Formats: sequence, structure tokens, C-alpha cells
Amino acid sequence: MAKITLDNLAHSYFPNPQSEEDFALKELNHVWADGEAYALLGASGCGKSTLLNIISGLLHPSQGRILFDDVDVTDASTADRNIAQVFQFPVVYDTMTVRDNLAFPLKNRGATPQYIAERVQQIGKMIGMEAELNKRARGLTADAKQKISLGRGMVREDVNALLFDEPLTVIDPHMKWELRTQLKSLHNQFGHTMIYVTHDQTEALTFADKVVVMFDGRVVQIGTPQELFERPEHTFVGYFIGSPGMNVIPASVDGMTANVHGATLRLSQSFDALSGKVELGVRPEFVRLTDGEGLPVKVRRVEDVGRHKIVRADLFGSEINIVTGEDESISPDMTRVAFDPAHVNVYVDDWRTEGTAA
Amino acid sequence: MEKTVNQKAWFLVLPVLVLVAFSAVIPLMTVVNYSVQDTFGNNQFFWAGLEWFKEMLRDDRMWDALGRQLLFSAIILLIQIPLGVFIALNMPKKGFWVSFCLVVMSLPLLIPWNVVGTIWQIFGRVDIGLLGYTLAALGIDYNYTSDPFAAWVTIIVMDVWHWTSLVALLAYAGLKSIPDAYYQAAKIDQASRWNVFRYIELPKMMGVLMIAVLLRFMDSFMIYTEPFVVTGGGPGSTTTMLSIDLVKMALGQFDLGPAAAFSIMYFLVILLISWVFYTVMTNLDKREG
Repeated sequence: MAKITLDNLAHSYFPNPQSEEDFALKELNHVWADGEAYALLGASGCGKSTLLNIISGLLHPSQGRILFDDVDVTDASTADRNIAQVFQFPVVYDTMTVRDNLAFPLKNRGATPQYIAERVQQIGKMIGMEAELNKRARGLTADAKQKISLGRGMVREDVNALLFDEPLTVIDPHMKWELRTQLKSLHNQFGHTMIYVTHDQTEALTFADKVVVMFDGRVVQIGTPQELFERPEHTFVGYFIGSPGMNVIPASVDGMTANVHGATLRLSQSFDALSGKVELGVRPEFVRLTDGEGLPVKVRRVEDVGRHKIVRADLFGSEINIVTGEDESISPDMTRVAFDPAHVNVYVDDWRTEGTAA
Repeated sequence: MEKTVNQKAWFLVLPVLVLVAFSAVIPLMTVVNYSVQDTFGNNQFFWAGLEWFKEMLRDDRMWDALGRQLLFSAIILLIQIPLGVFIALNMPKKGFWVSFCLVVMSLPLLIPWNVVGTIWQIFGRVDIGLLGYTLAALGIDYNYTSDPFAAWVTIIVMDVWHWTSLVALLAYAGLKSIPDAYYQAAKIDQASRWNVFRYIELPKMMGVLMIAVLLRFMDSFMIYTEPFVVTGGGPGSTTTMLSIDLVKMALGQFDLGPAAAFSIMYFLVILLISWVFYTVMTNLDKREG
């Protein structure tokens, strides 16, 4: 277990990167606190796996340093870093039995046979494969193989960190939930530093204490699930987290009022003159359909998703989503929307700006 | 559900039947025909039953050739398979040198058999051949025309030169199909180089290696042209392989009956050994824990 520090880290797959565009991972400074569970969330191709592979030492960064507990490991081999990593697609040693697969990392590090036997039994139980321990790995389903990969990742107790690269992609939904719970309890039990890469927001939000959102090779926000929900620092975070994502509305802002296509609305904070692309971000959960005040909308359709309803409407020609309670009725006279001022964020060039309290 | 019956569909199989009949069945049957009859010319044939088979089975000459043939194939497989795998493991995985290596490696495979024989026949000559002359100059007593050991070494080295590339290329294709994640996982698991080979590369190469073993076995077991060109089966009959012997018997001595019986047994031996290889290797592959 260790604290992992990324110092000025950046990576490019080109030998001579010219501009920032060439970097798959843009310059990054971050400390992964010891014993914390992080989720690394982002769309495919945003640099998540690159970052993970740099931490585990499978990739050497183009610039910057990586420190484990303040020891520079940038040039250390994967083996020396003592990291466990689980990949997106199952990697099993086909010719070995399930038991040997699980024992392999321990054997390679010279653990005693007695310890190996105990530990393998324990892990076998954890991944629910006790009965199959003596089976050959080859004939198993993708599910089972991925469970073995997970088990191999968890088998060593002394690792510095556990890295997961979208490990549950190939697993059945119900098993997914179960395995995630097990990972979580494993974390609570042993307190490993864990980094979990995913593009599934539910997975990220349920697994992690802190979620790191990446976009276009850059970390755009690090925070608790609640922070990400209430104060997305970047419009991408707003879009990406939440279902449906945050509404982003072009506007101009003057003091405490915002102007959207000629209509005005009040904000909870005061802003100085803003230059650049100014947008308001408001989550569908904080938008209300009304028949009185607010901005004019045209309701397109209503989707009932069970716990609540999603209203898809048209606001000055662009789409706006509204979440209403399951029991609330929607009448044809409701042609306006009102925003909860406390939950309206103001974005300049996609980044959130903080105003001054009124 | 009721099945549609349409006997005319048999006609669709006809082209294949005709093709196979002319390319395989009929020629084989003529051989079978010769093997159970005796002829004294004039197109007169007499029923001989299994006489030729019995005679061939009693014939030391055939057993000797079979022994030499088995030894030759065994040596070829033992050298070419590991060597081919070793070369494949050391070939570059990407970049300019990949195509360079592939081209260089395929060159021997493109040379016609008798040219290969001629190349080595000249290469090994003590008077003008680069190899033979150099060895002689180094004081090594090398002469493939008079020394059986030198003759064997020559044809084995020649075959290794000619065909190891095939094994290497097949093994290389097998290696290339292994996803990077396997190597990465192995690094994470701190597997040694040997373990990576033993538990990742070798199992993943099993399929192509089986093809390599079968191809190399069949080809080496039927080898004719190259040793015929280099040594002509000599000195004496020390490098007379089965097919050389067969041709001598059938075309040289015109003993059609025994030669036909010989070829049928030859064919069955190849079939049998290929089947054994295939079964053993697929079972190795499928074995459950």
C-alpha cells in the first residue's frame, strides 16, 4: 500500500510530440492518497488506460515522474513496483488449472506452499470458484476467466496498489454487481489503494470514494460523487455524469441575471463581465416545468423510466431535459421551465466559474 | 417438419466426385491393381494376391530404407521445430525489420527442390564448393560422396536451410496473434521469461505448431529430389530414402508389382504417423485438468 504521486506527468505515443494535440495524456499533477478507492472515469480514448499503464510501469511516460511513497519509481520495472493490474479482457494461463492460475503470482514471488494454498483457497471462495479450482482454465466461459483474472489481481496482499482497467466489461450484469461489491469489501478489509478505470458512471460512482473524470487526455475534475453531481467543473463532467446529463444552455451573464435568448433569469451569485463562450449548466433534476414563470419551452415527449419521468423539451431550438417526480402530473399548460438558482452553474469556455455571493 | 426430398441434388456433388476420382482415386486404384498382380509384359496380368506385400515385408532393403527415413524425419523435426520457434521468438515484432526478415526467411522456400539440391551439391564439393573447400582447408575430413556421415550431415543441413523458415513463419504468425495484455499480465505477475514462453507463447502456438509438425513430417518423409540430386542415395545406399528406393524399384528395375505394394505401405505409414501426431497434439491441446 502506498501513496502514489504523479509529478508533471505527460505521455505521447509519438517519438517527438510537437503540440499539445500529440499528447495522449496531458500534463498532470496528482496524488493518489494511500488506501483510497478511486474511479477513473471518461469516454473511450481519453487517456485512462494510458495513465493506468504508466502507473503500473507497462508504459514509460514521455515526461514527469511517478513516486510511490515519495520514492521515485519512474524507471522501475513493473515487477519492482509490486502492482496488481486487471485488464479489460480476461487473461488466463490456458494450460494451467484455476488453482495454478491464482497461485502463479505468489509462486513467482517465492511464497511458501502453505501460504499459497491457504490464500488461493480464500480467493477462490471470494470469486465464487472454489468448486472449479482443479479445472483447467481453458474450457471456462469468458465470465469465469475474468473472475480468475480478478482473483489473480487480488491474490497478493502486499501490493502497492490495485489497478483495474474496465474489468467488468465482459461480465454478466448480476455478477457485475456482486463482484463490485466484493472489490469494495476487499478494499474495506485490506485498505489497498485502488484505481478503477471505467466508462460506466454507475460503476464509478458506486465503487469509489473519489471519482477522477478525464476528458481528452486531461483530468477535468476529481471529487466525490456528490461534488461531481452538484458542481461539475467542466461541461463534460456535466454531460457525462447523470442520466440524462446536465443541460448546457448558451447565455450571457450580467451581475446576477442571465440572459437566454432575450429571456432573463436570476442567479444565486453575482458575476463580473465574462468573456468567451458563456453557458449555463443546470441538471435536469433542478429544472421544473411550470405553467407560470420561467423560460418558454415546447414539450416533445415524456419518458417514464420508473423512478421518475424524463421530459424532453425544446428550449429556443435546442433540447432540454427535465426530471420530474413519478407522481407529478404534467399538463398541457405547462409551457415554461424554471431553474433552481442555487444549482445553476456558469461556464466560461467549458470551465465552471465561481461568482461572488450576493 | 417435413424434409424436402430432391434426388437431383446429387448432381451437385458430381463435379467434386469426378475431380477427386481423376486426381486421387483412379491413380491410387491403378497402384492397387499393380500391387495384386504380376505381369510379364505384353499387357498380360496374373493374379498374385498378397504375394508382393509379403515379399516386400520380408525384404531387408525396404526395412533399411524405412529405418533411414524415420531417422531422417526424426532428426529434421527435432532440429527444425525448436529452431523455427527460437527464430520466431527472436524476430522483431514491428518496424522495418519485420518485412526484411519475412522476405529473407521466405527466400529458401521459393527455390525449386532440384535447384536447392544443385546448390548444395556444388556448395559441398571439396574441389570447387565454398563449404567443402573451406572445411577441407580447415583440415576437416569432409566428403559427402564417400563418407556416409558427411552425406547425412549435408542433406540434413540442406533441409534445415530449406525448410526451417516455414516453421519459423508459422510460429511467428502464432506469436503475433497473442494480445499484448497477456505479456502485460505476465509482467504484473512477475513471470520469468521461461514461464512466459511455457504458459503463454507455447500454448498459443500449439495450433500452428501442429500444422508445422505435420507439414514437415510429411514432406521430410517423402523427400526425394534434394538427396537424389546431392548424393544420389549414396554413398552405397546410406542416404537412400524410401522414395528414392521406390523410384529405383519402379522405374529403374521396372518391378511394378513390388513397387506398387511398397507405395501402398508407404502411403499407409505416412497416414498412420500423421494421424498419431494429430491425435496426440490435439489431445495435448484439449486435455482437461
